[in-house]
Amino acid sequence: MLSTEPSVATADFEQRTGWTFKPEGACKGDVCIPLAEAPGDTVDLATMAAAMQLPLLHDAEHGVWAIGPESVGGRTLTSAEAPELTLPTLDGEEFRLSSLRGKKVLLVAWAPY
Amino acid sequence: MWQAFRNTHHADGFEVVTVGLDTAGPEACRRFIEMAEPEHPSLIDEHHRVAELFGVVNIPNAVWIDEDGMIVRPAEAAPAPPSLKHLSSNIFADLTDVPERMQEIMGEAMQIRSSPGAYEAALLDWIEHGPDSDYAMSPDQVIERSRPRSADSARGAAHFEIATYLEQQGEHEAAIEHFRAAHELVPDNFSYRRQAWSLEPSVDGPLNRFWQGPLEGQEADWPYDGEWLQDVRAMGPANYYQPWEA
Repeated sequence: MLSTEPSVATADFEQRTGWTFKPEGACKGDVCIPLAEAPGDTVDLATMAAAMQLPLLHDAEHGVWAIGPESVGGRTLTSAEAPELTLPTLDGEEFRLSSLRGKKVLLVAWAPY
Repeated sequence: MWQAFRNTHHADGFEVVTVGLDTAGPEACRRFIEMAEPEHPSLIDEHHRVAELFGVVNIPNAVWIDEDGMIVRPAEAAPAPPSLKHLSSNIFADLTDVPERMQEIMGEAMQIRSSPGAYEAALLDWIEHGPDSDYAMSPDQVIERSRPRSADSARGAAHFEIATYLEQQGEHEAAIEHFRAAHELVPDNFSYRRQAWSLEPSVDGPLNRFWQGPLEGQEADWPYDGEWLQDVRAMGPANYYQPWEA
C-alpha cells in the first residue's frame, strides 16, 4: 500500500491492505493479530507496521511510504477469502472484483511486454 | 484471448476478469485490449497489486474465485485454451527482418512448457460441477498451495510498489534501485523483472517492449543483473512455469 503521508484514513488502510479492525485486533479471514490499541479515524503507518509486523519502507527523498503485505503464515494467502481488488478499466472506470459475487470468476493476469 | 471461451460459458454463471500488469499505464495496454474486444471486465494494474494480493508471479497466471468470493484455486500458470482460435494476431507477423535477439527469444519461448489441455479440462469441470469438481480446492488447500511468502518477499513487494510510483513520477533512476531490490527479494516473481526490463531504452517499433534486455553495444549501461534471455536460459525454459498439478 502506497502513501505520500505518514498516516492514512483507517477505512483506506482496511480497504487497501485487506485487514479489518475488530475488537480482537487486525483480522483477515480467521486470522487476527491482537493490537494493544485499536486505531481511531487514522492509522499511523509506522506504529501499525510494527504492531502487525508488516514491512514499511520510507523513501524520504521522494516523500513516499509503502507498507508491504503480511508474511505471518508463510504463504501469500492468509485466508482463502478473495481480497477486494479495485482497479480501473481502460477508460478509468473503477471496477470492484466483489461486484461479481454470485458468479464463478477466472481472474487472469497478462502484460503487454 | 479468453473472450470466446467466456461467451460460451457466460450463461452458466461464469465470468472472466483480465488484469493487464503495466506501470506504463492504460495506453500501453490499449491496442491489445481493443484487439481482443473483451465483453468481460478488463482492468489495468499499474502497481501489480495482484502479485501482492493473490501471488501472481508470472503471466499468464489465473485465480479461480467461486460464487461466494472464496478462492478455490490460487494463482498458477493459466495457458489459454487450445480450443480457442487465437484471434490476437502475431505481433511479429509483419516483420520481414527479425533481429537476432528476438529470434533467440522466440527459440527459447518455443521450449516453454505449459498444459493448456489439462488446464481447460479442469476449468470446464469446475464450471460444470462447482464445489464438487476435483479441481476446486478447500480453503486450507488454497492457502497451502498459494505462493510462499517470507518477510523478505513481503518487503520486496513494498519495494516494487515504490518503484512503480517513482517510475510514474518520472523518477526513473530512483525507480531502478527499488526495482532491483524487489528482484533480489522476490526472486520467484518473473513479472517484476519483465516489468522493469520493459521500461528501459529499447528498439523502435512493435518489438520495443519485448526486447527485455540491453541494446547491442550498450550492455555496460544495462542497470539490472538479469535480462530475459540470460534468466530464462539459467532457469531452463522448461521450468518457466511450474508444472500443472491437479
